Amino acid sequence: MNRKLKQNIYFGLFRISGWMVVAAIAVLIGYLVFYGIGAISWEFLTQAPRVGMSQGGIFPQILGTIYLMVLVLIISIPIGILSAVYLVEYQKNRFMKGVWRVVVHNLAGVPSVVYGLLGLGLFVLLLDMGASLIAAGLTLSILVLPIIIASTREALIAIPPSLREASMALGATKWQTVRHHILPYAMPGILTGVILSLSRAAGETAPIILVGAAFYMPNLPDSLFSAFQALPYHIYALATQTRIALTGPNLFGSALVLLMLVVGMNLVAIMLRNKYRKKYRW
Amino acid sequence: MIKVTDITVNQLNVHFDKAHALKDVSMKIGKNKITAIIGPSGCGKSTFIRCINRMNDLIPSARVTGDVHVDGTNIYDPRVDVTDIRKKIGMVFQKPNPFPKTIFENIAYAPRIHGTRRKEDLNRIVERSLRRAALWEEVKDRLNKSAYDLSGGQQQRLCIARTLAIEPEIILFDEPCSALDPIATAKIEDLLIDLKKDYTVVIVTHNMQQAARVADCTAFFYLGELIEYGSTRDLFEKPEKDLTEQYITGRMG
Repeated sequence: MNRKLKQNIYFGLFRISGWMVVAAIAVLIGYLVFYGIGAISWEFLTQAPRVGMSQGGIFPQILGTIYLMVLVLIISIPIGILSAVYLVEYQKNRFMKGVWRVVVHNLAGVPSVVYGLLGLGLFVLLLDMGASLIAAGLTLSILVLPIIIASTREALIAIPPSLREASMALGATKWQTVRHHILPYAMPGILTGVILSLSRAAGETAPIILVGAAFYMPNLPDSLFSAFQALPYHIYALATQTRIALTGPNLFGSALVLLMLVVGMNLVAIMLRNKYRKKYRW
Repeated sequence: MIKVTDITVNQLNVHFDKAHALKDVSMKIGKNKITAIIGPSGCGKSTFIRCINRMNDLIPSARVTGDVHVDGTNIYDPRVDVTDIRKKIGMVFQKPNPFPKTIFENIAYAPRIHGTRRKEDLNRIVERSLRRAALWEEVKDRLNKSAYDLSGGQQQRLCIARTLAIEPEIILFDEPCSALDPIATAKIEDLLIDLKKDYTVVIVTHNMQQAARVADCTAFFYLGELIEYGSTRDLFEKPEKDLTEQYITGRMG
């Protein structure tokens, strides 16, 4: 076959694949916006659901999702980043490094419902936290740890060894080198992992059903040990447990809000990343 | 204020896993001199120079035996703090490796981590170091610009200035000109000759002409062994060993 024709066929395939991705996202967002935008109002964002969830808003669900993200941020981000630093910078044994890497990769592949079971067995029952915010926060924290560790690790090993050597050769301690050079230079990559994790935590449904998300609560959670409501489960509940004819607008509105939350966070991440990239480029 | 030191190396051996990279090297490096280390690729010259400030500690597979005395102290003594050693013995690397920060921050980093906090002190150190590295006039108006905006030769002089800022007694250069053009190389060489008034300088180089131009003494390494060591003129004009003669006349390596 003619070389040019071959090239055109392959480029055509690449182009079609590329546009299919864009189209899928466009359809998804378009669909959600089309059906959901009508539901969104100030009342929708600030009121609790009423009348079998066909009226009112989704404030408790938004709040619950934000609580979860904050818990994950507090619990899992520091542990994830610090353990990746240990893994890359301090663990010298090559065999142990390999073991760690395999463990982290495998953890990333465990289905989320299995994490839910772990949370149910460990936090809810064994540690007697009950179906609660804290149990869900801890469960989601374990779930996102591999994401944070893997992305932080990638960011750390991408830093040229010559910069480490430069700092060490000036008489800096390892910690000073990590603190003043490695971590700041790796920050764009680390932030990417953090945001991915938070988006994941915001969207996970299966685990939180097992460890504390409630279908309906009359009150907002008043402590870490309260049950809570969250957006993903709310969407699931509306879609499966109610009459769509009545709750449809709220269902799509909730999905749209969840999407906006995640997209908004990604935008913040991109902005932070660009800021750091501008500051430290190498 | 500036104190100059000599270096005595005894029976130095380095292994990387099973590879014996440096074999029983003993030599004395004089103060206020430029000592060049030459030899073909893989002869152990970089390994050797990295033993003098214990940079090989950073390589997990490296095992170093023997001792290196600097100013009467064995730097491989377990009681010695390696960060003190590296503060006393600066190093400039093959490829310019400025930090991705401003020119000012590149220089101010080391004094800061060693305890200098006052802005005026830092300003003074930065200016003094840059002047000493013959870079001040070129960068004084853009200290807050990224070091990455400088040319390769300027970056390497910035790295030298960064090392001078820790007030070392010895400066090690690991092929400092191998990534530079001839004009930038000439500037660095002039600087080296100027620096030896105040420092003990050890330079690894691939370039024999460079060794002949700048070094007072030259050591020839081959396959991990120190083959010949003497004044640069003697080594190049009447080498004692056949291997040395073969190398400097270009018949080997």
